Amino acid sequence: MKTKTIIDKLWDVHRVQSMSATTDLLYIDRIFLHERTGSIALRGLEQAQRKIRRPESVFVTMDHIVDTKPGRGDSTTMPGGEAFILATRESARKAGIALFDIGDPRQGIVHVVSPEQGIALPGLTLVCPDSHTGTIGGLGALAWGIGSTEAEHALATQTLIVRRPQQTRVTFSGQLRQDLNAKDLILHLIGRYGASGGIGHAIEFSGPATRQLSVESRLTLCNMAVEFGAWTGLVAPDDTTFDYVAGRPYAPQGVQWEKAVKAWRQLATDDEAVFDRELEVDISSLGPQVTWGTSPEQVISIDGSIPLISSSTDTAVREAAQRAMVYMGVEAGQKLAGLEIDVAFIGSCTNARLSDLRQAAAVLKDRRVAPNIKALCVPGSSAVKRAAEDEGLDKIFKQAGFEWRESGCSMCFFAGGESFGTGKRIISSTNRNFEGRQGPGARTHLASPATVAASAVLGRIGHSGDL
Amino acid sequence: MEPFTSITSVAAPLLRINVDTDAIIPSREMKRVSKEGLADGLFSGWRYLSITSREPNPEFILNQPPYDHAKILLTGRNFGCGSSREHAVWALKEWGIRAIIAPSFGSIFQLNCVRNGVLPVIADAETIEKIAGLVLSDPLTNRITVDLQNRLVRTPSFELSFDIAERERQMLLEGLDMIALTLKAESAIEAFEQTDHANRPWAYL
Repeated sequence: MKTKTIIDKLWDVHRVQSMSATTDLLYIDRIFLHERTGSIALRGLEQAQRKIRRPESVFVTMDHIVDTKPGRGDSTTMPGGEAFILATRESARKAGIALFDIGDPRQGIVHVVSPEQGIALPGLTLVCPDSHTGTIGGLGALAWGIGSTEAEHALATQTLIVRRPQQTRVTFSGQLRQDLNAKDLILHLIGRYGASGGIGHAIEFSGPATRQLSVESRLTLCNMAVEFGAWTGLVAPDDTTFDYVAGRPYAPQGVQWEKAVKAWRQLATDDEAVFDRELEVDISSLGPQVTWGTSPEQVISIDGSIPLISSSTDTAVREAAQRAMVYMGVEAGQKLAGLEIDVAFIGSCTNARLSDLRQAAAVLKDRRVAPNIKALCVPGSSAVKRAAEDEGLDKIFKQAGFEWRESGCSMCFFAGGESFGTGKRIISSTNRNFEGRQGPGARTHLASPATVAASAVLGRIGHSGDL
Repeated sequence: MEPFTSITSVAAPLLRINVDTDAIIPSREMKRVSKEGLADGLFSGWRYLSITSREPNPEFILNQPPYDHAKILLTGRNFGCGSSREHAVWALKEWGIRAIIAPSFGSIFQLNCVRNGVLPVIADAETIEKIAGLVLSDPLTNRITVDLQNRLVRTPSFELSFDIAERERQMLLEGLDMIALTLKAESAIEAFEQTDHANRPWAYL
């Protein structure tokens, strides 16, 4: 009978047993950890004297706390940061799990590294104590973020008890403008349906515009499903996916590869399958998106104006908008384009893959960032950094006045160490514009790498068409 | 895990939507590889007047008696969205919060609550505003009871029943250790692996 969605299919393959009417015990194929929360999960496991059930399925990388300045070591400007690095290294060694340590060519941001190394594959379940784990859905995997206690559970039992989510299909129709990024797509979706629009749901992104996206773009799209409130998001795997995965270090090879691809082709949602909710979004007239507030839902087209507070009928939304405007130093009705910035940041698990860096570099080539702008590019992984350098992108960034960093999460969040300074206005290719996220009083405007690059050159919020 | 059966307490209204885990505990407050010592950093961006001092912001509800002893938090939709950091729950619990009533929760946060003996109660925004109105009129008289045994929120003027998955209810009531429970399913997990390994050999490294 052909009535399953891709989410049903992935679920059924991984179901060990039913636990209740609404929950199942699911088998977990891969577990990824990082030094921020993974260190705590590993330590918790040690203290409870529990063993990792399948150490060969577990990987750790250093990304959250590790410094990104050239010549870095274990020391970091984050108070207490080194302890996380040392604890993670020690626990990983004791547990016999693979660690992509500082200096390892495979090191990088967890959600950049796992697809890059072929550790994440279509059809797998993958969890990580990190909310952006849904990124991996871009490969057609079922991947979601968990807490440290759940990570201990996954490490000890290779399973998790998971509530069956409701399912939404988001169909993007139309053609994404060449100069836009999947970031513009997902920000638009969040703006339209709200930051809680996906709560309780797993999302399949589909439609012609999704199919045209590269794997890197699909990863960006799924990365911010959590900012939509969704449990996870995914894109069914296709030839684009298989071409991306083929030949990666941990990907299957030879006969195993053939078998795997045959199985992965079956993962598509059946024609007759029914979702709990269908959302259709035509993106043919979509322009670059930039957030104006302190939630990703507070987003507009770069040429638009900040909405009038009275335009919402919901009191809570009006109050949140009011608070956000005060915090951000903006006013209702104001245009975002032209707003002066202090900092331009390109990095994070959302937008620091090679294609993102290429898009930004295309804007920066033969240009300079405006005076007094601090501009930073932090590649998503050490491999991305090397690939970018092989193409000469590092030179474009540096000649434009950007700092060129080692890989890590860097200033996607402020951890008490390195800082852009209190109250700075930042245009950022990251995923969260929460109050204080990038520093005390920091005012974050989320945008695509190309928009960040153009704004850096202009010294104010703008896009490449303004240059 | 500390069991949760029923609590009666002053409730603190923090009626904001989309309160993220960065707000609940900023990254800069997570200084040690530990689940403890986090209460001091709870809501630090809102609770203190500046990042460099611990001078309380008198405007912030949790700094105002009797809300500074609240065990129940009333809040807006999508509470605990954002980062997966379990520190958010550890900080709330260490500070004293045992139940949070909201229209919806960030999904990772909600599960983290259950795994740490903190009860997430879902109620519609209108009802929460009604409870908040009662509380604000006289917080000490209008104490709120959250009774998990009977799935009820009780106020002096009305009662409200809430839904929670039976399994989660049992876990909270008995303070169960999930890992120990799942480890009892070891034979089922092994059997699954044997069949699955034959079906999906590429999935096994």
